[in-house]
Amino acid sequence: MLKFFGKHALFMVVTLAAVSFLVFAMNEFSPGDVARKELGAYATQEQVELLNKRLGLDRPVAVRYVEYIGKLMTGDLGYSQRYKVPVSGIIFDRLKNTAFLAAISFALIVPLSMLLGVAAGMREGSLFDRGITIFATLAASVPEFAMGVFLASIFVVWLKVLPGTATLLPDAAGWSIPAQLVLPVAVIVLYDMGYVVSMIRASMVEVMQRPYIRTAVLKGMSFPRVILRHAVRNAMINPVTVIMLQINYLIAGVVVVETVFAYPGFGRMMLEAALFKDIALIEAGALVAVFVCVSTQILGDLAYMALDPRIRA
Amino acid sequence: MTLQTTIDRVVPASPPRRGAVRGMLRQIARITENVPAMVGFAIVAFWVLAALFAPVIAPFPPNANNMSALAYPYPSTTYWLGTDHLGRDILSRILWGARTVLTVAPIAVLGAAAIGSLLGLMAGYYRGWIDGLISRVGDIILSFPVIILYMIILAKFGSSGLNIIVVIAVTKAPIIARIVRGITLELRERDYVMAAKMRGESALYIMFCEILPNARGPLIVDFCLRLGYTTIIIGVLGFLGIGLPPPDPDWGGMVKDTYGMMLVWPHMSLFPCAAVSSLVIGFNLLAIGLREISLRD
Repeated sequence: MLKFFGKHALFMVVTLAAVSFLVFAMNEFSPGDVARKELGAYATQEQVELLNKRLGLDRPVAVRYVEYIGKLMTGDLGYSQRYKVPVSGIIFDRLKNTAFLAAISFALIVPLSMLLGVAAGMREGSLFDRGITIFATLAASVPEFAMGVFLASIFVVWLKVLPGTATLLPDAAGWSIPAQLVLPVAVIVLYDMGYVVSMIRASMVEVMQRPYIRTAVLKGMSFPRVILRHAVRNAMINPVTVIMLQINYLIAGVVVVETVFAYPGFGRMMLEAALFKDIALIEAGALVAVFVCVSTQILGDLAYMALDPRIRA
Repeated sequence: MTLQTTIDRVVPASPPRRGAVRGMLRQIARITENVPAMVGFAIVAFWVLAALFAPVIAPFPPNANNMSALAYPYPSTTYWLGTDHLGRDILSRILWGARTVLTVAPIAVLGAAAIGSLLGLMAGYYRGWIDGLISRVGDIILSFPVIILYMIILAKFGSSGLNIIVVIAVTKAPIIARIVRGITLELRERDYVMAAKMRGESALYIMFCEILPNARGPLIVDFCLRLGYTTIIIGVLGFLGIGLPPPDPDWGGMVKDTYGMMLVWPHMSLFPCAAVSSLVIGFNLLAIGLREISLRD
């Protein structure tokens, strides 16, 4: 167990170091960028160089990188030029909003996919199985922005029962926050579920062909009991890592849904930072994103060990 | 796995292979029997033809705007799918947009396949520290949320077709490398690889002429899946405004420009959305069908 955490902690540190250095070097290799951005297009070259010197940007990248890491350690993430506030002031607020959206979606994706995937996989080739396979393929094939447009044109434009934006603010039309969340959550759940359902189904189909399932059936065990006691637990071993990786997608990948529905989340903040070239915010956001990703990988491995006693070290 | 499992189970085992031409004919015959593969193929073929003949069949130039069409921008006899917010013909823009996506996506995926196959072959064939290095670096690239990576890189270097191709090739290569590595590890122990070694063939010859051709099955299936994902990514980048630069038509970009006007003119975003969704569905069905066929062997 100690070895497990040691190995993963090391991988996390190496990944964070590599990513932070790459992002830092890429954005700050040409130091003129920051000062030029601050002073505007009409500043003279002397003014830019003066500000570079004052900000200490004329020193080598390696020196500035070490200094940057030192600042990170004390919790100073820099100053966002796009939002004109310290990065720590905005990033955690947006992360909280995205985590909220992600948590609701995750709470729906996991039980629904397990239910549909197991039900489809336990009778391979049945009508229900084919229906689920077609549904999963279609759901995973439609890009999120297209799904957003399709759902919005039905429920917002045509039926007029839901709002088209989810700003989390009480809006003029009087839509409540739960009503605002319905469409973003629906798009995320449909898109992501298509993928997870097919994974669980494939794993279930494989397990149902194993000899121990046949033995359990032949010894007279009831079918529901065979499914619940023997099949499901074994069928969940492989998909559980995939399911944990969805957290990754839910935190960092929902930028499209956040953009479609004007949701004040982490992904949209990163997009605005990238379009505005807000370097401090991009760097901090990249680190947060990688931290979330590696953490979910570790969680996935832990869940894997809990389900499969053979790999407990 | 399949929509057709019941039928598959009844189909008798195929006779042993005689000659390359007959083998190929049998392969083609088997693909035509598979429903998902044929539906997928038909959809993809439709868009490929649309892309090839866009200059001939598109009724208007893709960027020609006719402001007076905005009086009635809905589908009509002149503009079959209506016009967009600048009075440009949506049908023509969708046909030309097929050209964009069907150029960028295959080149990007081919690039990823080339880099990934090379790295995967090396990792699986040499093993040891080369494998360790390639696999670890791949893990680091894969642990990064792709879309955030695109944003960082495209914000720094600007958006162009070439940048999109490079970014997709680099981020998708580790996945392909992982698949090829797994197959190589298994194939390197085979007799024909041993025989080639005894003949004194070079490592490069063995990797590319002995191992790679035998790994083609899973690679072709993955290629189709990857094309679908890449079509989604290109659409998403266009939608986020960091894709191919305007004004040339790009399905994602068409949606980005018009989805704000959905309450008034929903058709402007619905048609490009339908186009991109159908192409991805085509690629995915093709992949599902090909996988079914290869599993039956």
